[in-house]
Amino acid sequence: MTVTATTTETTASEATAETQVEPGKGMRFVNWGANYIEDRTSLSGFVKELGRKIFPDHWSFMLGEVALYSFVVILLSGTFLTFFFQASMTHVVYDGSYAPLKGVGMSAAMASTLDISFDVRGGLLMRQVHHWAALLFVASVGLHMLRVFFTGAFRKPRELNWVVGFVLFVLAMGEGFTGYSLPDDLLSGNGLRIIDGMVKGIPIIGTWISYLLFGGEFPGEAIVGRLYTLHILLLPALVVAAIGVHLILMIVNKHTQFAGPGRTQGNVVGVPIMPVFAAKAGGFFFIVFGVIMLVASLVTINPIWNYGPYDPSPISAGTQPDWYIGFADGMLRLIPPHLETELWGFTITWYILIPIAVLGLFIVLVAIYPFVEAWITGDKREHHIADRPRNAPTRTAIGAAGVTFYAVMWAAASSDLIATHFRLSVEGVTHFLQAALILGPIIAYLVAKRVCLALQKKDREIALHGFESGRIVRLPGGEYIEVHERLSDYDRWRLVSYEDYAPLMVRPNAKGRITTGTKIRGVLSRWFFEDRIAPVTRSEIEAAHHDH
Amino acid sequence: MATFAHRNRRSGRRSPLTSAALLLIGLLATGGAYAAFTATSSADAASQTQVTKLTEEGEKLFAANCASCHGLQAEGTEDAPTLIGVGAASVDFQVGTGRMPMAASGPQAEQKPVQFTEEQIAALATWVASLGPGPAIPDERYLQGDGDLAVGAELFRINCAMCHNVAGAGGALTQGKFAPGVVGVSAKHVYEAMITGPQNMPVFNDANISPEDKSAIITYLQYLETSTSPGGLELGSLGPVSEGLFIWIFALGGIVAITVWLTAKSN
Repeated sequence: MTVTATTTETTASEATAETQVEPGKGMRFVNWGANYIEDRTSLSGFVKELGRKIFPDHWSFMLGEVALYSFVVILLSGTFLTFFFQASMTHVVYDGSYAPLKGVGMSAAMASTLDISFDVRGGLLMRQVHHWAALLFVASVGLHMLRVFFTGAFRKPRELNWVVGFVLFVLAMGEGFTGYSLPDDLLSGNGLRIIDGMVKGIPIIGTWISYLLFGGEFPGEAIVGRLYTLHILLLPALVVAAIGVHLILMIVNKHTQFAGPGRTQGNVVGVPIMPVFAAKAGGFFFIVFGVIMLVASLVTINPIWNYGPYDPSPISAGTQPDWYIGFADGMLRLIPPHLETELWGFTITWYILIPIAVLGLFIVLVAIYPFVEAWITGDKREHHIADRPRNAPTRTAIGAAGVTFYAVMWAAASSDLIATHFRLSVEGVTHFLQAALILGPIIAYLVAKRVCLALQKKDREIALHGFESGRIVRLPGGEYIEVHERLSDYDRWRLVSYEDYAPLMVRPNAKGRITTGTKIRGVLSRWFFEDRIAPVTRSEIEAAHHDH
Repeated sequence: MATFAHRNRRSGRRSPLTSAALLLIGLLATGGAYAAFTATSSADAASQTQVTKLTEEGEKLFAANCASCHGLQAEGTEDAPTLIGVGAASVDFQVGTGRMPMAASGPQAEQKPVQFTEEQIAALATWVASLGPGPAIPDERYLQGDGDLAVGAELFRINCAMCHNVAGAGGALTQGKFAPGVVGVSAKHVYEAMITGPQNMPVFNDANISPEDKSAIITYLQYLETSTSPGGLELGSLGPVSEGLFIWIFALGGIVAITVWLTAKSN
């Protein structure tokens, strides 16, 4: 079906022939409306241009859409919540319907969140929709980033859009964390306390920043109001702006596509926005919305009534941040304790500073990876054909190492639950994860690279000799052979069309010197491209055909 | 009596029989109380013999099942602590929840099917209690679950939640030890755990948390056990970890399955 509906952008601009039929009443109204708007805005050129934008069809290209749609759900449900939430830390005595908290003193923020949960019609559902949609938003952003990374869709001309997407990911985490802290329940207060501790661990400025942030000593009475302003005003505005830039850049750069017959660096094969893609996308929005509603109506999230109001003395076993902050919490759990230096009467808390440095470095590496890879490979060409991960073994291996590093930190955030549920000691889990944090990425790198090369070899074998058909034939001479079924040209295309790279040759520059930069680049390039399987060439295919 | 008073009020005059009636009531009350007291005394005597019997039986059971680790006179050995002075509550908790006798040594004694009958547990508890003073099995009136719910919830969050989790789902301790889930544990065992501090649990004596407050905590735990979750499935009440796993595996996993289906080429 997709194949028949396929249009290419080059043919898309051709005007479709219109048959002259007398329009009905409804159509006349639509025409009048269209003319009215057109006369005042000259919108038609834009609509025509945009309506004929082509989008390739692949499931992994829809992950960004999931993020966009869950953000829409977040906006809708969040607006509902603002009608009832009071971002104030004024002390009140709860007198709502939830019996175990009746008569308990708490902040107005907590009391209004309880009212939303128990006394506002539909309030609990909306809270759960908002929170589940937030988790799904960040999760789909993460998965979308992984897709872009592993298919090399961040290469020129899309490096800038990778950075915009990265900013969105950070903003999403910021939105998530500020939202998590708003209800002023025990869990959110404990989360804020950890942030406060990290801030205070920074030498010289830490204490000042903490006092500035909380308006005095933690917890103070200001933080919920401040986070609320960030959560509903500044951060959403930035997210919306970044989404706008992200989508515009995607349209300007055009979408990537996987290799296939008729697909080149110069075209985009797929369906146009109007009407097919728009219809599909509209339907898909409601599917995502539906999944969120289903989850929110069936499964509890953040039962603040269990946690009770924040009080600096208690804490619950199994206190964790939402999943997207888990990697930071995990890093704090993995750093060996007691790493402190006392210097001129000041204590330098390495167990805070090292995690902050590691997390910062990891985040920055993610942001700048496209530029690093472009520099190493020296590749200045535009790329519109997405790589299959196996065809870029070193990049895929780096990605696997990064994912492992992240996953170990993430797992460490639940070290206590891993210990209780798998009947292990929490120290054992922590020590294992400490080792895995260093060794895991190395192992993942080596394994992923070898797997990629093996898969490339397999592809090469299949492209040249076809599939094993399982049919054994006895030749007149008595020899038995298994008949290989040759691939169709269409299928073979996917296997053979990828770019071949070779390590850079280190050459002297115009002045006849080899600079250190060039040398480093040569070494890195060799690391990147030394192990490689060359794509099958035309002559090899022809030679293979002659053999049979 | 009621009809008499009723008639009296209607007539508006005190009956001449009133004094006689009052005298009769007074005499009956005094005599009844005296009779009851003597009856109690004889009941005490009866229970005393029963206690002796229980103690003897308990000693035999102890020698057969516990003495190999705790010593014949519960004086303790290298493998296990002395039980002199732990009180009846401790025995009732440890044996009544199946933690004792231990199946194997490990980070901590774990709950398992109870090995003794109610009577045998009572016998063991009586014998151990006879060795030295210790916390007794709690009074029924604290186990009714009729305490102050909000106070109980707050006390639970402050004193218990750091190990047992705010929803009583349990949590990890050091070296493979753990705080078990406490929702669904019988009121008596919860109370006994608080006053005896089994395994790694601290003792919450009556000066620390008064019996009324313990009763309030039990009330909250019973509320957690019987109330339905307002928000739907609780995912083990484990907090953000199970929520994160759920969104990745089921929600995002389901959506990815849908995207694969939407973009699948029709055959």
